[in-house]
Amino acid sequence: MSEILYLDGISVSFAGFKALNDLSLVVESGEMRAIIGPNGAGKTTMMDIITGRTRPDKGIALFQGDIDLTRMDEAEIANLGIGRKFQKPTVFESHSVEDNLQLAQKAPRGPFASLFAKLSGAQRTAIDETLETIALADARRRLAGELSHGQKQWLEIGMLLMQQPELLLVDEPVAGMTDAETEQTADLLRQIALTRSVVVVEHDMEFVRALGTKVTVLHEGSVLSEGPLETVQNDPRVIEVYLGR
Amino acid sequence: MKLNASTWIFAALLAGITIIVPTLNLALPETSALHVPTYALSLFGKYLSFALLALSVDLIWGYCGILSLGHGAFFALGGYAMGMHLMRQIGERGVYGNAELPDFMVFLNWQELPWYWYGFDSFGFALAMAMLVPGALALIFGWFAFRSRVSGVYLSIITQAMTFALMLAFFRNDMGFGGNNGLTDFKEILGFDLHSQGTRVALFIASGIALLAGFVLCRMIVASKLGKILVGIRDAESRTRFLGYRVEHYKLFVFTLSAVMAGIAGALYVPQVGIINPGEFAPANSIEIVVWVALGGRGTLIGAIMGAVLVNLAKSYLTAAFPEIWLFALGGLFVGVTLFLPKGIAGAAGSVGLARLIGARGRP
Repeated sequence: MSEILYLDGISVSFAGFKALNDLSLVVESGEMRAIIGPNGAGKTTMMDIITGRTRPDKGIALFQGDIDLTRMDEAEIANLGIGRKFQKPTVFESHSVEDNLQLAQKAPRGPFASLFAKLSGAQRTAIDETLETIALADARRRLAGELSHGQKQWLEIGMLLMQQPELLLVDEPVAGMTDAETEQTADLLRQIALTRSVVVVEHDMEFVRALGTKVTVLHEGSVLSEGPLETVQNDPRVIEVYLGR
Repeated sequence: MKLNASTWIFAALLAGITIIVPTLNLALPETSALHVPTYALSLFGKYLSFALLALSVDLIWGYCGILSLGHGAFFALGGYAMGMHLMRQIGERGVYGNAELPDFMVFLNWQELPWYWYGFDSFGFALAMAMLVPGALALIFGWFAFRSRVSGVYLSIITQAMTFALMLAFFRNDMGFGGNNGLTDFKEILGFDLHSQGTRVALFIASGIALLAGFVLCRMIVASKLGKILVGIRDAESRTRFLGYRVEHYKLFVFTLSAVMAGIAGALYVPQVGIINPGEFAPANSIEIVVWVALGGRGTLIGAIMGAVLVNLAKSYLTAAFPEIWLFALGGLFVGVTLFLPKGIAGAAGSVGLARLIGARGRP
């Protein structure tokens, strides 16, 4: 197996505050990884670095072995095949569910290509399939703004699927969801992870357990512990960070 | 890009106005109750050019969230391009009878025509410049602003600064655009007397056709995938970016197109009112355009057109009948609409069941 994401010695600070401090992380191709850590541990900043929103002060960020992510902007990185789900569900609220998926669908991204774009039969089929996957087939013509919180989260995951990414970054997908929705989301992510690499940032331990994957614990901008959930939970340093103080 | 029924209905309405108003002017005797006097026709032609201007602002503000408070600058530049051609058409019929130089240059003791006046003898060149100059300014301005991700209030402020700076520049006599007085005293366009009834009718029809074409073009754009992406940028810019779209390219495309439309509107406006001066660059003018769009209903296109025509009708009436209350009326109207009709006239009409007919909510 080769690594899809390789972070080495990443540091970044904002006005003196070290958000990431010599962070190193490797995600293998096809792997699903859960990232946990207390507030301010640098989880979201790490995602910002990978997706080009923030530039690191130093360190290496490589995608698929040799593509330097630190030199690219958000759009370039998205087109490489890295999809990102935000913590707060972010969908196009005044568009219908199917239009949301159409805009996310992998296709030429320039203004002129978009001006003359027409949906092909294969593209329609792909949209239909994703609507089934995210359980929103009945809501396809509804405005995204009218969906429930959980449905918006799924729609956003569906939009990421339409991009056909190699690597999916998912930030707190079950925040604010009911237990049943959380369970369904775990199923959905496990299903997605069969065909691509997924990195999930999450607070909810039950959810991480349900995912059943390797876990990385971040603390004060660097990796504190890494391994299966049981090992990590018994690590005295992790216990101190979560329960101490 | 399929256009919906409301687009066709409204387009037919615009086409009807373009045909019927000139007919009522030309075919009916002045004694008839339905006769449209020539001055009223010209006044309405001016509203049509304002409507095209409002349309250009709605395209960027209503659909892409770019609130330009400097669109009057693009309108004025288009107007100046046309005005320069009309100045050249005067020839030796000016007060000083100088065939080589416009009157104001003779007055300033200039010996020869500045290089940037070359070519304006040709109508085609002037028309091209009326589109190219605003387009190029928008392209350069937008390239810097959107690449640096200037948006929201900051963008509004720098657009306002842009039109203010241009106003100051055009006020200067050395600029070679007539300074304070601007360009006026036009005689002919394409060899036709600007004051004749026939020419005024032709200018009205040209304005109507330009508005109709602008409306259909905007509708096609907002109904396309590009239009949906614009709305995506308006509502969730970073989502659009993380989906792989270059937001700055989209903004630049629509901002430049909008500036070209505003330039055409200016080129239609000047021959109908007979003057262009630096006052057209005044920041307040640009703000007024935004008020038209807000009143009519942002993000509906039809609302922008209605807003421009209705506010200017009210303005023409009030400034004549009660000159001292016009500004209060405009302010009151704006406050009233913001409080009671937050989606504008078109939006309010939509919420009482006409949504389908007028295509409100920004949906094609």
